[in-house]
Amino acid sequence: MTTPATTAADGREGTGREQSGLRLTGVTLVLGDGDTAVTALDGVDLTVRPGEFVAVVGPSGSGKSSLLAVAGGLQRPTSGTVHVDDTELTALNERGRTAARRRHIGYVFQQSNLLASLTVREQLLLPLHIDGRLDAAARKRADELIAAVDLTHRAGARPHQLSGGERQRAGLARALMASPSVLLVDEPTSALDRARAAEAVRLLAEQTHAQSTATVMVTHDTATLDAADRVHEMMDGRLTRA
Amino acid sequence: MFLALRDLRFARGRFALMGAVVALIAVLGVLLSGLASGLADAGISGLRALPNTHMAFDAKATSEQFSRSTVEKEDWRAWAAAPGVEEAVPFGNTLANAVVTEGRKKGADVNLAVFGMPSDSYLAPEPTEGKGIAAGSNGIVISREIADEGVEVGDELTVDKSDIRLTVVGTVDETASYGHIGVVYADLETWRHLHYGLPGELPASARDQATAVALKLAPGADTAAVEKATGTRADDKEATYGASPGYTAESSTMALIQGFLYAISALVVGAFFTVWTVQRKAEIALLKALGASTGYVLKDAMAQVVTVLVVSTAAGTGVGLALGSAMIGKAPFSLTAAAVGTSSGLLIVLGVIGAVVAVRRITAVDPLTALGANR
Repeated sequence: MTTPATTAADGREGTGREQSGLRLTGVTLVLGDGDTAVTALDGVDLTVRPGEFVAVVGPSGSGKSSLLAVAGGLQRPTSGTVHVDDTELTALNERGRTAARRRHIGYVFQQSNLLASLTVREQLLLPLHIDGRLDAAARKRADELIAAVDLTHRAGARPHQLSGGERQRAGLARALMASPSVLLVDEPTSALDRARAAEAVRLLAEQTHAQSTATVMVTHDTATLDAADRVHEMMDGRLTRA
Repeated sequence: MFLALRDLRFARGRFALMGAVVALIAVLGVLLSGLASGLADAGISGLRALPNTHMAFDAKATSEQFSRSTVEKEDWRAWAAAPGVEEAVPFGNTLANAVVTEGRKKGADVNLAVFGMPSDSYLAPEPTEGKGIAAGSNGIVISREIADEGVEVGDELTVDKSDIRLTVVGTVDETASYGHIGVVYADLETWRHLHYGLPGELPASARDQATAVALKLAPGADTAAVEKATGTRADDKEATYGASPGYTAESSTMALIQGFLYAISALVVGAFFTVWTVQRKAEIALLKALGASTGYVLKDAMAQVVTVLVVSTAAGTGVGLALGSAMIGKAPFSLTAAAVGTSSGLLIVLGVIGAVVAVRRITAVDPLTALGANR
């Protein structure tokens, strides 16, 4: 398997940007108010260095999805700070957080969340089109990433023509397309059988190390944790080392 | 357009259906605007062709003035003497039935809208064939509508009941109708004989009368004093069209139908894109989670709307033009670039407005839902 080199289309903001990964400090998220208030995250501290693959396990409702939402700037925490490299995500407004997601954060969603009308190759080109950086270098990187996730023969296929494993690999390649500093992965194996789940997580670990991303994967699936550098457990909004 | 065009290709069945509906509305739009123009031409193109700027009617005639108004010699003399009035001549109109008694179409019935005017006035037509109208003769100049019925220069027409004989002395090569009947131009004296149905000597009371005073006013002319003195009211040219029988009812009916068509088209386009946007909610959340701004998603959605509207309106307009061309001559139908352009442009603009209301929902889609926050 080849590893694509970081090119001009990598989405980083020049050489001045410090690569320090993801840092959550004292993050608390309270949903609702009054009698219906629920503490989804309770004083979470988490640091993930570039090239490190961290898994977070926990039962449904423990706060795993909230952790990904806050870490990626989809949701603003009630208190605490989130840093992606040298940028404090929690200090940005909606527009700033959207731009940060575009340039520095990659999401791999549960069941891949591919767009029905796009081919695999177009799925990869989309993030750079959104960022106005779709050029020859971007097309080259897309082809390299498609090869890296072993989908070259399926590059022209649309999601409904792909198997579950292929869709998940395409989703991973799309998340890596803008060479994000932080990769946030939501239940990547929930729709896969055991063998394909192991293969998907192995690929995720491999790309984390190759691309030097700070990767956080939340999962129910304890059978795939061997590939992680570190495992945390989430329970009632609190994060503990497993 | 990255996603918009690919969505159009991928969901081509759905968009083709929507496009077909818009295209059919465009066909209807072109046909209706052609009919509206055609009906307007058939109703008032004769009045439109006159070189006057205003028409002064008896102030007591408040509707269908061309049928109800009568003015006297003192009136047009007073108007001619008033400040700011460049031309003021008597004008008469009447409808008549005639038979071709001499000519190629001998025996054919012809309906006539007779416009009477002094033969030496600015109102008298310049014939493209033959000669003009002259005082002291029953010569008439016919419009293209009458010529299209086979009537030619030199033919003789005999008017029903009164047996007044008219000789065709010239033709004008322009469309001129009044109340859906082809116009013929006659000297005022001839018109009076036709109007009163009297072939011989006219009674004194009829000799100095006309329907209205055809005016050419200087810009900004103050006519209040002369209107008061003569008991007449000067309407500008556009307003005189409403004095033509049935014109206001016809044109307002057509405008109402066209208005409903445009409103329906905006609703149809809006409804389609509302459903489409709701169906795309998960995709929109995903795009936003990937870092797409609301502006990016809106721009993409609107590009899709405009593409669908422009392509299907162009197709529908093409079909409408082809159908409309086949109707010319068989129905009151006329196609002008301005009318077709306005119809098609309005369809696109109102469709876009309908769609804007629909795709506004995009702004409310929360990217958080892309994470499947059901856990």
